[in-house]
Amino acid sequence: MISVKNRAQHSSSMKWRYIKQRLFFAVVTSAVALIILSLGGILSYVFINGIGVINWDFLTQHPRDSMTAGGIMPAIIGTFYLTLGAIMIALPLGVTSAIYLSEYAKQGALVRIIRIGINCLAGVPSIVFGLFGLALFVVFLRFGSSILSGSLTLGILILPTIIGASEEALKAVPQTFREASLALGVSKWQTILRVVLPNALPGILTGSILGIGRAAGETAPIMFTAAAFFTAKLPHSIFDEVMALPYHIYVLATAGTHIDQTRPIQYGTALVLLALVLGVDLIAIVIRGYVRRRKRW
Amino acid sequence: MINNGIINNKIIEVRDVHFYYGGFKALTDVTMDFEKNKVTALIGPSGCGKSTLLRLLNRMNDLIDGTRVEGRVLFEGENIYDPHVDPVEVRRRIGMVFQKPNPFPKSIFSNITYGPRLSGMTRRDELGALAEQSLRRAVLWDEVKDILSQSAMMLSGGQQQRLCIARALAMKPDILLMDEPTSALDPISTAKIEELIEDLKKTYTIIIVTHNMQQAARVSDYTGFFYIGKLIEYNATEKIFTKPDVKQTEDYITGRFG
Ligand SMILES: Nc1ncnc2c1ncn2[C@@H]1O[C@H](COP(=O)(O)OP(=O)(O)OP(=O)(O)O)[C@@H](O)[C@H]1O
Ligand SMILES: [Mg+2]
Repeated sequence: MISVKNRAQHSSSMKWRYIKQRLFFAVVTSAVALIILSLGGILSYVFINGIGVINWDFLTQHPRDSMTAGGIMPAIIGTFYLTLGAIMIALPLGVTSAIYLSEYAKQGALVRIIRIGINCLAGVPSIVFGLFGLALFVVFLRFGSSILSGSLTLGILILPTIIGASEEALKAVPQTFREASLALGVSKWQTILRVVLPNALPGILTGSILGIGRAAGETAPIMFTAAAFFTAKLPHSIFDEVMALPYHIYVLATAGTHIDQTRPIQYGTALVLLALVLGVDLIAIVIRGYVRRRKRW
Repeated sequence: MINNGIINNKIIEVRDVHFYYGGFKALTDVTMDFEKNKVTALIGPSGCGKSTLLRLLNRMNDLIDGTRVEGRVLFEGENIYDPHVDPVEVRRRIGMVFQKPNPFPKSIFSNITYGPRLSGMTRRDELGALAEQSLRRAVLWDEVKDILSQSAMMLSGGQQQRLCIARALAMKPDILLMDEPTSALDPISTAKIEELIEDLKKTYTIIIVTHNMQQAARVSDYTGFFYIGKLIEYNATEKIFTKPDVKQTEDYITGRFG
C-alpha cells in the first residue's frame, strides 16, 4: 500500500528521473552529432577543395614544374610499397606474438609486463618511431632512407594494433574447439594451426586492415626513413627512396615557394589518401560484418 | 566398499590418486580399476570430482594451468603420467565425448576425418570409407549421408552429439570417455545414444559420467559412487542399485540426498 504522501514523493522522483533521462539522452545525442558533423565537415571540406584536380592524369602522371603541376603517381606507388612492406613485416610477427601470448605463455607477471609494454608501444608518438627508425635502420643498419627502413618503421608502429586484434581474435575462439581437437589426440600446435587460427582469421584480418590504414596515413615515421621530397625515378629495389602521399602533402604545404599555388594539389592528394584509407577501413568493416553473420557459435 | 576385486580384465588401473586444482584438492586417494569392454558409470553429487577423474584418464586436465596429480594411472599396465609418455598419444587411444556437443564449424565430413587426417591418413577413398564406417557405427549415417559436405552446425543437438561420437570413433580408440553426453539432449536423442552405448561396448571400453540414475542403471555394468572427491562405493551396477553397502550411496541413488 502506498500512502498519499508516498505517492506524491514517488511521482516527483519519477519526474526527476524522467528529466535526468532526457538530459542524459540529449548529451549523448549531441556528442554523437558533434562527432558525425566534424567527420562530415572534414571529409566534405577535403572533397570540395580536392575534387577539382582529380582526374586520370593526376593519378597516373609524375609531378611536373617543381611539383606545381602534373600528377602524384610516384607518391601513390610509394605509399603502396611502404604499406605493403609494413604489413608483410608486422603481420607474421604480430600474429606469432599473439599466439605465444594467448596460447602458450603461462599467464603471469611476465605476460602482464609484455602486455603493458605493447600497450605503451601503442601510445608512443609516431615521430618517436620515426627517430627510432632513423637511428636503427637508416644509420646503424645502413639501410639508408629506403622502402626497407620505412616499412620496418611503419611495421613496428602498427605491431601493437595487430597483436591486440590477433589476441582478441584468438581469445574469441571457443575453448571447446581446442578441447575437441586435443581430445582427438591432435597436438597443440596442429590444433592452433587447424582449428584456432582459421576461426580467428577474420578477426586477425580486420585488425590488420585497420593497421594498413594507419600505416598508409602516417607521415612522421617515414619522414626520416623512407620518404623523398621528390624523385624522378620510380623505386627499383627496397633500398630506394620513395615519395609517399602523406609526406607529399606535408612537403607541398610547408616547404618550397609555391605553397599557395599548389593548394589544389595538396587537397587533391589529401583526398586520394583519405579515399585509400577509408576504402581499406571499409573493407575491414565489410569482412567483419560478413563473418558476424556467418558465425554460429 | 570398493570392490576392485570384481574387475578381472583390467584396462585402466587408477592407483592412490590425489588431484589438485592449485591449492584445492578435488580427488582424494582414488583407487579404481576399469574393466575392458564394459561400461562403467561414475555417479555422485555435483562437484564431487567425476569430471575431474574422467579428464584425468586421458590427461585432459593437463590443459588447465596449476593442476597437479599424485599417484599413478595405468593404461594397459603403463603409467600415463610417466614423464616419457606423450599425452597426445594417450588421447589418441582414449577418446572423449563432452557434455555439450562440440563439432567444429566445418563440414560433417571434415569433422569426422579431422583426426585421422592429422595422424597421417591422406587417401580420399580411405578417409571416405572411414567416415562412413564411423557414422554408421554412431547410427548417424542414414541421416547425413546426403549432406556430408554441409556444415555440422546445421545438425540438431542430438545429431551433433552422435557426430562427436563418430568423430571420436574415427580415431579407433580403445576407450571412450563420456562426460554427461546426454544431459543437453531430448529424451529421444538420449535413448538413441543409450542404445548406441549398448552396441559400442562390444568393441570399446566406455566410462560414462551421468547424473541420471536410470541411465546409469540401464547402460552400465559397473558403477562408482563419488562423494567430495572420494570413491565411496564401487561395485557391479546391479548390486549398487539394489543393495548398496554404504548408506550414503543408498541415500544418493534414492534421491534422499541433502
Ligand atoms: N578448472 C578448475 N579449477 C578449479 N577448480 C575446479 C576446476 N574444475 C573443477 N574444479 C573443482 O573441482 C571439484 C570437482 O569438479 P568436477 O568438475 O570434477 O565435479 P563433477 O563431479 O564433474 O561435478 P558436475 O556433476 O557438476 O559436473 C569441484 O569442487 C570444482 O569446483
Ligand atoms: Mg562434471
